[in-house]
Amino acid sequence: MQRFNHYQEEYYPSPLMHVWIEFKRSHIALAGFVILSIFIFIALFGDLIAPFDPSQQNTNAILLPPSWEPNGTIIHIFGTDSLGRDVFSRILYACQITFGVSILIVMVAAFVGVSLGVVAGLLSGLRSSIVNHLFDSIMAIPTLLIAIIIVAILGTGLSNAMLAITLALIPQFVHQTRTFVKTELQKDYVMLDKLDGASRRRIFFSSILPGMLELIVVQATLAISIAIIDISALGFLNLGATTGMTELGQMLSQSLDVAYVSPWLVTLPGLFIFLMVFSVNIVGEGLRSALRNRLKL
Amino acid sequence: MTPILQAENIEYTFKFRPSFFAAKSIFELGPLSFSLNTGETIAIIGNNGSGKSLIAKTLVGAIQPQKGQISLLGSNENHANKKTRTKTIRMIFQHNQSIMNPALSVGSMLHLPLNLNTSLGYSARRAKIEQTLLQVGLLPEHYHFYRDMMSDGQQQRVAIARALILDPKIVVADEPFAALDPSVRSQTVNLILKLQKELGLAFIFISHNMGIVRHISDKVIVMDKGKLVEHGNTQEVFKDPQHPVTKKLVDAHFNLVSKHFEST
Repeated sequence: MQRFNHYQEEYYPSPLMHVWIEFKRSHIALAGFVILSIFIFIALFGDLIAPFDPSQQNTNAILLPPSWEPNGTIIHIFGTDSLGRDVFSRILYACQITFGVSILIVMVAAFVGVSLGVVAGLLSGLRSSIVNHLFDSIMAIPTLLIAIIIVAILGTGLSNAMLAITLALIPQFVHQTRTFVKTELQKDYVMLDKLDGASRRRIFFSSILPGMLELIVVQATLAISIAIIDISALGFLNLGATTGMTELGQMLSQSLDVAYVSPWLVTLPGLFIFLMVFSVNIVGEGLRSALRNRLKL
Repeated sequence: MTPILQAENIEYTFKFRPSFFAAKSIFELGPLSFSLNTGETIAIIGNNGSGKSLIAKTLVGAIQPQKGQISLLGSNENHANKKTRTKTIRMIFQHNQSIMNPALSVGSMLHLPLNLNTSLGYSARRAKIEQTLLQVGLLPEHYHFYRDMMSDGQQQRVAIARALILDPKIVVADEPFAALDPSVRSQTVNLILKLQKELGLAFIFISHNMGIVRHISDKVIVMDKGKLVEHGNTQEVFKDPQHPVTKKLVDAHFNLVSKHFEST
């Protein structure tokens, strides 16, 4: 065969590269990505960069203001709390728990939810309909409420809270995946795959799964922000992380008593929760539009 | 000479409900028989809902007929055997948005049939794909393209490439020209005629376009309400239609053509 190439200078980026090229175009998304990478770094190495032990109490430095205040010190960048613990170190440890746990929860929920959704999508008739309506009704209840009910049954504690939020997040994944698989199976290219002699398994892995990526990414970012808020909320209500651990919501609730004397104890954890949810949402939105636009040049 | 594909008394019946409250209706296809020789082109024409697409699906094995037999390359086993059938008969669907998977590139889409039906290695598969893309009038560069980067005509060519990539002996096409604009349609028709000449394909196609039917087919099958009502050489059927449905279709075509010539 005569081998000719008309456009030598053109290169063909992989689908993943396409997404990155498209993602880079949006400056806001890129900024969100930087903030998110900082949080990921903190989640991985936060305990290494923390200057103090988060539970180390220092009675000589109680309620010190942050370093940018006139009477603050550079040793305690974010000041100290009512027991003299370094707020900066506590926030690093708290981010590690809040953010890390949220990511872990969503990974488990996405895996379980997508697998169940695929099974439900491949089922047909009455069984599929029952699964669908069941999850529809569960989805109408806010996840925090479901999580509180599950915690009320299982007892408080971080692991129970994690389990509760995971269980509460699964139905969304199931529902979305099921609807997607159902509509994809009707399409002509699935019939063509069948005529190529592909088994259902292969049709799923090589034809349907690549198209599902966008859906999973969008759903996962939504779920991560929900998980961050729920973990913090349960911590705030003293249903999640126990006193031995540091967690952003729990820090908020502990500093409420001294909120008028030292407002930064409430502001800083709140700001970090906000930044986390904000960056996750921005990156999710950026990824979603990048995935959608990558194929339309 | 034994025909390459022969259908004997195939029948297919299914019940459906036109709307939720309506009574169940029954659609019966057949019994119908016909045969196809190497290099021959058969056109299936008829009104909407006359069972044309069902025949196509039955021939490629997407639907199992309840009665009757289809023999391929002279034996029934060949059609019953999924592997042989897949390699010998390929189908082209009517052009629409869902014939190509938006998430896969043309290359990875064309790898699938080769992967499943041949023992070629990756580089051999890739060479075959590029050769097939050239054959249908695309470039090897289109290997990296996704659906949304291509025009309708190019997508149709990819669909043809997908059908041809296994070097089939028979191609069944369900309205391959319907959604294309006239110039692309003529290009596609010429492309298929060229490929037929080069590869000796037998071609079965469904069309509403009598002009194309008359132009490229050797034989015509006329369907009405699931029954085969007329069957014969294209020239004879167009010259002397017997059944009312055929008469209607042929007259409509000739009216249009003669009006066209009067006005110019």
